[in-house]
Amino acid sequence: MGRNATPLRTPKVKAPKPPKRKSVGAKSAATSFVDRFQSWQLHHRDSAKDALRRMRQTPAASAMTVLVIAIALALPAGLSVLLENVSALTRGWDGNAHLSVFLKDNVNESQQRQMAKQWGQKIAIDRTEVITREQALAEYKALSGFGDVLDALPDNPLPPLIIVYPEDTSPKALEDLKRELEKERDVDTAQLDVEWIRRLHAMIELGTRIVSALGIALALAVILVVVNTIRLAIESRREEIVVVKIVGGTDGFVRRPFLYTGFWYGFFGGLAAVILVNISLWWIDSPMAQLITLYNSDYALAGLRAEATFTLPLFSALLGLSGAWLAVGRHLKDIEPQAF
Amino acid sequence: MIQFDRVSKRYANGTDALSNVSFTLPAGELTFLTGHSGAGKSTLLKLIMMIERPTSGAVVIDNHNLSGVSNSGIPFLRRKIGMVHQSHHLLFDRSVYDNVALPLIIAGFKPADIGKRVRAALDKVGLLNKEKLNPIMLSGGEQQRIGIARAVVNKPPLLLADEPTGNLDPALSAEIMDLFEDFARVGVSVLIATHDLTLIAKYQHRLLTLREGTLVTDREEDGYGS
Ligand SMILES: Nc1ncnc2c1ncn2[C@@H]1O[C@H](COP(=O)(O)OP(=O)(O)O)[C@@H](O)[C@H]1O
Ligand SMILES: [Mg+2]
Repeated sequence: MGRNATPLRTPKVKAPKPPKRKSVGAKSAATSFVDRFQSWQLHHRDSAKDALRRMRQTPAASAMTVLVIAIALALPAGLSVLLENVSALTRGWDGNAHLSVFLKDNVNESQQRQMAKQWGQKIAIDRTEVITREQALAEYKALSGFGDVLDALPDNPLPPLIIVYPEDTSPKALEDLKRELEKERDVDTAQLDVEWIRRLHAMIELGTRIVSALGIALALAVILVVVNTIRLAIESRREEIVVVKIVGGTDGFVRRPFLYTGFWYGFFGGLAAVILVNISLWWIDSPMAQLITLYNSDYALAGLRAEATFTLPLFSALLGLSGAWLAVGRHLKDIEPQAF
Repeated sequence: MIQFDRVSKRYANGTDALSNVSFTLPAGELTFLTGHSGAGKSTLLKLIMMIERPTSGAVVIDNHNLSGVSNSGIPFLRRKIGMVHQSHHLLFDRSVYDNVALPLIIAGFKPADIGKRVRAALDKVGLLNKEKLNPIMLSGGEQQRIGIARAVVNKPPLLLADEPTGNLDPALSAEIMDLFEDFARVGVSVLIATHDLTLIAKYQHRLLTLREGTLVTDREEDGYGS
């Protein structure tokens, strides 16, 4: 029999040859609840297997559907992995966020060191760094190339400076600390270059939203792909559906093979998406590593989270199931044995 | 077994397929249903199968008024009725065995019982040795017999046939008729819709005749009957 199995595949049981002339007819058939339950389980198993078998029978068409689903899911999944990486990478950069506190010109070096030491003990401040007017001048000369001009000036124009590294580098904490330090008597101004961090955070937030929206749109696309695939499957099995209904198949029985088909398409699509994302990450890993080294970071690119290997195919299988459910609800009603 | 009480059926397009049809068929009897093409024979069978519902009147099967059967109850009614068609509606993507087993799987029989019952039904129609073949490889008469095996495999108390011999020559038709008579003999109620008048003349059974949706003769009541 081999290939003839179907969702309605018959269990192959070697039954003893029945006695000749045994009558067929007479009493109505009765089945016990246990029999029906076992048969129901069996039909589930057979429907699942048969759905797989039918997918294998049309490998090109099935692969196409699976691939479309995979691409639709890999896109948002891959982008969200990238975003997570950017966000993790810049969390390190936040640690460098600091305030440059310029003191009044009349503050001398020992006062400056005293202040830095006191501030260093504040809870909000991790550590401080003193840059005296002389150090500032030397650094400026070295960096700016305006050494000669500065030499010509009678006085050192640069104010004493304390670099403050806060405990909490969130934009709000930095802002609060800045305001507090500026209230100190000997402080002229405090500068924080927090704008770019804020912009970056906003961009990551925006990126996350866009990826979420894209994810929702593409999840809907997956459902629609499955709806269409199942619609065609239903159409091609019209005759079988009618026969099943005529011999007393319930709607559930008729639905089952199609629901499994949708489930499998989703499942394999999700699995293929995991593979696609991993291949893409592997592809960009080395150029990405080079880029990161340029920023003097020893950050290692993070891949798809381990649990996504399971959750993505499962989520995708649920999408496939929903798509099949919609298709079945929409199209099975139309197939009734009227024109029999 | 089958009781029609002033049953009328008007299709959505306005065709009156049956008008005020009343009759009663006792259990375990073979009855012919005849009439010109378009007389309403298939419609009458469809009402019994609940493929269609009557516009008015009551159809009672095995003491169940079908107007009380909900849509979700229809499959369970159909499991008690075997149906044979002129174009037997076999599935060509599976073996003879799997075709015949279908009603049993649907009804939830034990795997062991399925094997026994399928072989008993195939044996009854004389096709036990063909169980592994695809029905497409069989002759028209054999295909019709598989259709019959499928209809009786779960031993329904009622067997309906719509032009079962329509495509068959007289010899094959006689074979099929013998099968139906065997079923009636063991207590199955059999209702055969046919316009094959030689068949009806040869087998003396009760006869219902429809003309344009109206029951015009009932051979038993007319005194012709068996
Ligand atoms: N689904 C349908 N919709 C509309 N008219 C139908 C339908 N089925 C049958 N009819 C009409 O009902 C009448 C009886 O048809 P049918 O029961 O098939 O007759 P028979 O089987 O005796 O040839 C015919 O006029 C036919 O055209
Ligand atoms: Mg007809």
